[in-house]
Amino acid sequence: MTMLQQTLQIAPQHVRSGNRAWRKLKANKSAVVGLVIIIFFVALAVIAPLLPIADPMATSWSAIRKAPSAAHWLGTDDIGRDILSRMIWGARASLMAGVFSVGIAVAIGVPLGLISGYFGGWVDMIISRVTEAFLAMPFLIMAIALAAFLGPSLFNAMIAIGLSAMPLFVRLTRGQVLSVKTEEYVEGARSIGLGHYQIITRYILPNVFSPLLVQASLTIATAIIAEASLSFLGLGQQPPAPSWGSMLNVAKNFLSQAPWMAMWPGAAIFLVVIGFNLLGDGLRDALDPREA
Amino acid sequence: MYTYIGKRLLLAIPTLIIISIFAFSLQKLLPGDPILAMAGEERDPQVIEFLRDKYRLNDPVVYQYVYWVGAVVQGDFGISLRTNQPVLSLIAEKLPVTIQLAIMAMIFALAIGVPIGILAAVKKNTWIDYIANIVALSGLSVPNFWMGIMLILLVSVKLGWLPASGYEPFFSDPVRSLQTMIMPAFVLGLALAATLMRHTRSSMLSVLRSDYIRTARAKGVSEQAVILQHSFRNALLPIVTLTALLFGELLAGAVLTEQIFTIPGFGKLIVDAVFNRDYAVVQGVVLCTAIGFILMNLVADVLYVLLNPRMRAAL
Repeated sequence: MTMLQQTLQIAPQHVRSGNRAWRKLKANKSAVVGLVIIIFFVALAVIAPLLPIADPMATSWSAIRKAPSAAHWLGTDDIGRDILSRMIWGARASLMAGVFSVGIAVAIGVPLGLISGYFGGWVDMIISRVTEAFLAMPFLIMAIALAAFLGPSLFNAMIAIGLSAMPLFVRLTRGQVLSVKTEEYVEGARSIGLGHYQIITRYILPNVFSPLLVQASLTIATAIIAEASLSFLGLGQQPPAPSWGSMLNVAKNFLSQAPWMAMWPGAAIFLVVIGFNLLGDGLRDALDPREA
Repeated sequence: MYTYIGKRLLLAIPTLIIISIFAFSLQKLLPGDPILAMAGEERDPQVIEFLRDKYRLNDPVVYQYVYWVGAVVQGDFGISLRTNQPVLSLIAEKLPVTIQLAIMAMIFALAIGVPIGILAAVKKNTWIDYIANIVALSGLSVPNFWMGIMLILLVSVKLGWLPASGYEPFFSDPVRSLQTMIMPAFVLGLALAATLMRHTRSSMLSVLRSDYIRTARAKGVSEQAVILQHSFRNALLPIVTLTALLFGELLAGAVLTEQIFTIPGFGKLIVDAVFNRDYAVVQGVVLCTAIGFILMNLVADVLYVLLNPRMRAAL
């Protein structure tokens, strides 16, 4: 370790903790790999309309189940649609489902966890009991049941996944709040007469933020698999709109005739999910104050 | 010990009540009117009224819930709209299939996850450790239904070694039964193997750092004995409880695996029920899974106490 690095480590006060975490994240190879994978897929999803690719919904009776070729890099499906194009458009469904459903889980789960942990008492008891009950149901079974009753669509699948993931965030936030609310700075904030709302948003939330970020990244990975699973079962994105899960659902009927139909969508899910898992693990290491 | 189990069982009651409210209200989320669907094409008002009365849909919601729970407690989960069989007997019929699948998957998971976890901990920060970690991460990230499809493609379609689907009860033809189950069990077990590997590794690492391991080494115990007898036995505790917890997860994972390999189990039951709009079955499955999950949690807690002498003394 050079002198300069040592100095930086001894005097980190002027460096904002976010910057420090970012530097540690950059130094973590696997997290960078994860981030690159995610950026790649996000970019594809965003620029999909601009790319010179075939219409993902355009069927062609002269190009049914064609093996990968110069015209169709990844081949075509059972009704002659270009698989590469459907893969790229499918990235939209997957990423959107991952981000939106975790957004729902965070938007409902975190406030409930904050209230539960901060106020305690009977509010806490009710929220905790309900959370435990929902955690007693396997994630996917609950998402399937909810999606089934809400009706099959990508939007409902996102709601179902979000609601199923929500208890995770309630429990995590509550636990974090319990561990920081007795800290001196919270007592200090209270003693200078700040209201509950200000104490929660200014003093508690920023200090429970890191584990939530890690959990969110890992949960996006789970949510993407869940969306693919629901779409695979026919409870998510509805045909003919492209999604990786529903592509696999069709592909399994043509395994011997057109194996390429099954290969790519699964590989894409696998890659994106690995990306978010790597990022989540990397964030955990980078944000862990014990190693700072 | 018994008071501990009793206390844990009592704690499960509020959980069960909340889950039953959830399962009950799922029905109310439905966009359509199930009675109209049941009444058939003519929609005879008399038939509709009769059905409404029969299913007590004219009573207030709270009453409906109480009737429903009352019946469920007596083992009456309703009748499947599709097959006209009682839901409970449907579940009882499918559950053994999934239990066989789950047990085989767990055997795979333990056989793969635990030894690799030990190896990764012992060889910490070597290439063995890195590869084990990459494999575990992949196991956690791969969608298991895709894994299943790829295995069918390779093993059944290309190589023709194993049947791609089908089911044979274990006791009627064990060999055929194992042949049809081995791929699905492997697929289902793989994600668990990854979870088990990660936990075994971290549990072993923390034990290997402890004082008594240093003492054992200092007094000249062979490295093999240090790892297998001193460390592993102590690292095993969290793994045993995790295994019990993961059994619950297997029920959920089985949904997709059974779908791909067309195994007529619990998971296929819920998916078929969803598509046949057979909501009594969906409710029954949700409730039964939750009960199973809670029981496995209880088993995990009890095992933890039983295996840990310090915890036993504290009771």
